Amino acid sequence: MVIRLFISLAILCAAAAEVFAAPVNDDALMAAKPARTLSEYNLFNDPKKQTPNAGVVPYDLITPLFTDYASKYRFVYVPAGKTAEYRDREVIEFPLGTTLIKTFAYPADLRRPDETVRIIETRLLIRQENGWKAWPYVWDEDLGDARLKVAGKRLEISVTDHDGAPLVIDYAVPNANQCKGCHALNKEITPIGPSARNLNSDYPYDDGTDNQLAAWTDRGILSGVPQSGDIPRATDWQDASQPLEARARSYLDVNCAHCHRLEGPASNSGLFLTAWENDPPTWGYRKRPVAAGRGSGNLEYDIDPGNAAGSILIYRMKSLDPGIMMPELGRSMAHKEALIMLEEWINGLD
Amino acid sequence: MSSKYRVFLALPLLFVFCLAAGASGGVSIVPGPNAAEQLQEALITAEPGSTINLAEGTYVLSDGLSLDIPDVTIRGAGMNKTVLSFGDQKAGGEGFLITSDNVVLEDFAVEDTKGDGIKSKGADQITYRRIRVAWSGGPKETNGAYGIYPVESKNVLVEESVVTGASDAGIYVGQSENIIVRNSIATHNVAGIEIENSKYADVYGNTVTHNTGGILVFDLPNLPVMGGHSVRVFDNQIVDNDTPNFAPEGNIVGMVAKGTGIMVMANRNVHVFNNTLKNNGTVHVLIATYPNEFDDDNYMPHPRAVMIRGNTYDGGGTEPDGEVGGIITGVTGTPVPDIVWDGVVPLTEWMTWTSDDDRIYVDEADGTTFANLYMIQNTLYPWSTSPDRDIEDYAGTVPEPKAVSLPQLQHTN
Repeated sequence: MVIRLFISLAILCAAAAEVFAAPVNDDALMAAKPARTLSEYNLFNDPKKQTPNAGVVPYDLITPLFTDYASKYRFVYVPAGKTAEYRDREVIEFPLGTTLIKTFAYPADLRRPDETVRIIETRLLIRQENGWKAWPYVWDEDLGDARLKVAGKRLEISVTDHDGAPLVIDYAVPNANQCKGCHALNKEITPIGPSARNLNSDYPYDDGTDNQLAAWTDRGILSGVPQSGDIPRATDWQDASQPLEARARSYLDVNCAHCHRLEGPASNSGLFLTAWENDPPTWGYRKRPVAAGRGSGNLEYDIDPGNAAGSILIYRMKSLDPGIMMPELGRSMAHKEALIMLEEWINGLD
Repeated sequence: MSSKYRVFLALPLLFVFCLAAGASGGVSIVPGPNAAEQLQEALITAEPGSTINLAEGTYVLSDGLSLDIPDVTIRGAGMNKTVLSFGDQKAGGEGFLITSDNVVLEDFAVEDTKGDGIKSKGADQITYRRIRVAWSGGPKETNGAYGIYPVESKNVLVEESVVTGASDAGIYVGQSENIIVRNSIATHNVAGIEIENSKYADVYGNTVTHNTGGILVFDLPNLPVMGGHSVRVFDNQIVDNDTPNFAPEGNIVGMVAKGTGIMVMANRNVHVFNNTLKNNGTVHVLIATYPNEFDDDNYMPHPRAVMIRGNTYDGGGTEPDGEVGGIITGVTGTPVPDIVWDGVVPLTEWMTWTSDDDRIYVDEADGTTFANLYMIQNTLYPWSTSPDRDIEDYAGTVPEPKAVSLPQLQHTN
């Protein structure tokens, strides 16, 4: 009796899965040419609510990249039977067919990030035979589907800002080359976010809260996580209970070091901001600008200890001028809250 | 004639068309409302070996362009005919970024970028031919830093190009090797041409005028690539460099005095010969040590094995400018000699001697003036130090680097 119930339940479940959710389309993900529309990949059950399909796992980063206050929904898909490998320092080594999914969205009011959220764009990073491919998909007005925009696109997005005033964000969907402008390591496209250090935190899954690295291991999509528990952990830049230095370096690691490292697009600057960079002039301490041009702002040092207002790093993070601003892509607004934290850090340096 | 025959007749014609299309192997873009998107899409989807043709006209671009496909040629209709205009640029650190190998850029202009003009990074075999980069408002601090900007690249060719108005260097080659910059014009930039932290460079046949400084050969600390060497600067016209320095402070070129002809700072094995230097108000040739403090054990701040010979000097040195001008004239008075060396050597050598392989050598026509400022002594006991003006003391020579040869010039010449 009990057995019969189980069997019929199983049949029912399978039938439901058949009807409601075709599996992720691995063939489309592995095709040389990207799909014209996002729906062809079958990554979501309910795209409007960003409900993922089976095998597509949501994740969060301890300290995320700032992108004009956009909300982001992140997912990882590792094909069945494959496993990513843990890396101590760099981004996790993902197997072929892995797809990293990031949806950008804006709430109508930046003060209420979870209400009336409009999804704008979904970016895919797909691990194919000859490396990672980066494709941006822009959502239709009615959110029926999202369409590939190889050459990028500019969108005007109206929101209410943190002070309650109307704000039009000049949102830039990156073109495929601009994706690589940040996502490049030794000239190859590379993911930036999902490093062990930045994933090493709890996530509220539907079936309970768990550490993300543990949860990925349990699901069989990650292996090699040290049993000793000796895993690096990024500092949440917003966590005031943490040391300022750790918050600042964590923020700079995530927001700058994808370019500002020896293997990155800004290698020629000699300013390297990875979390593990220990040489003071190399992470900016009394480092003079090299090819900064007017990005120097008539200032002498990237980080002038005790003098945030006189530090090029702060000057460029505040600027909205394309010839000055840092990062060069992905923002048209200054990250005020982070600047306050970084200024406090620099002002406290000897 | 029946329609069947007409088809047969048309076939060879079709074949010819296909061949013609195949030979150009690429796409053509014409100015228009969608040109910016078409061009960027063409740059992303280009096949290796193809050419992207840019028809005559002005292209208005609000975002930086980028190319990451190897073996592509971008060809305009002429540096004054095809203009990529970035006056309304909203994003991008440069107008055009090239990150792939074996790329040829020719016959177009880039104007009014917010940051750098055209940058190529980590590219092997990059050619800039008859390219014009300009800021149309003239010299301004708000202009972009570099006009033509190859960096961390190998086999760099810049020829017959024109750069005007860069707030740092018009033609700037940084952290690169195997470089030819020739037959180009740099005017109204802070530095006309700059070779920085680079090795094996030939800079010749250029006209460099109305900049703050003409040609700079620099090596800077705290960079992934240091130890610039083997640079030859010859057969250039370096005339009337008289634009006040408009570089934002903090940048190393900010210290260049208005009216500096050629400046060699740090570096090894730099040969300056057969140039015409005229009316450079501060000094025609300045050889100097890196002036700032630095924290870098691997950096050599002193110029080594420099050879200055066979140049022509006319006028100049009568309007020394800025801090550097002041330091020089504090020692030499006015007019400043044609060639000035700060005389700073490593401390151990100051107390002993400098080996023949590392010295500064000067071999110029009679009447050429020179001063070693002896800046170390001058700082320690200025009351009893006078500069060494005896050019004969610097006779001698060091082996000259052989001419740079570039793979992209092997097929065409």
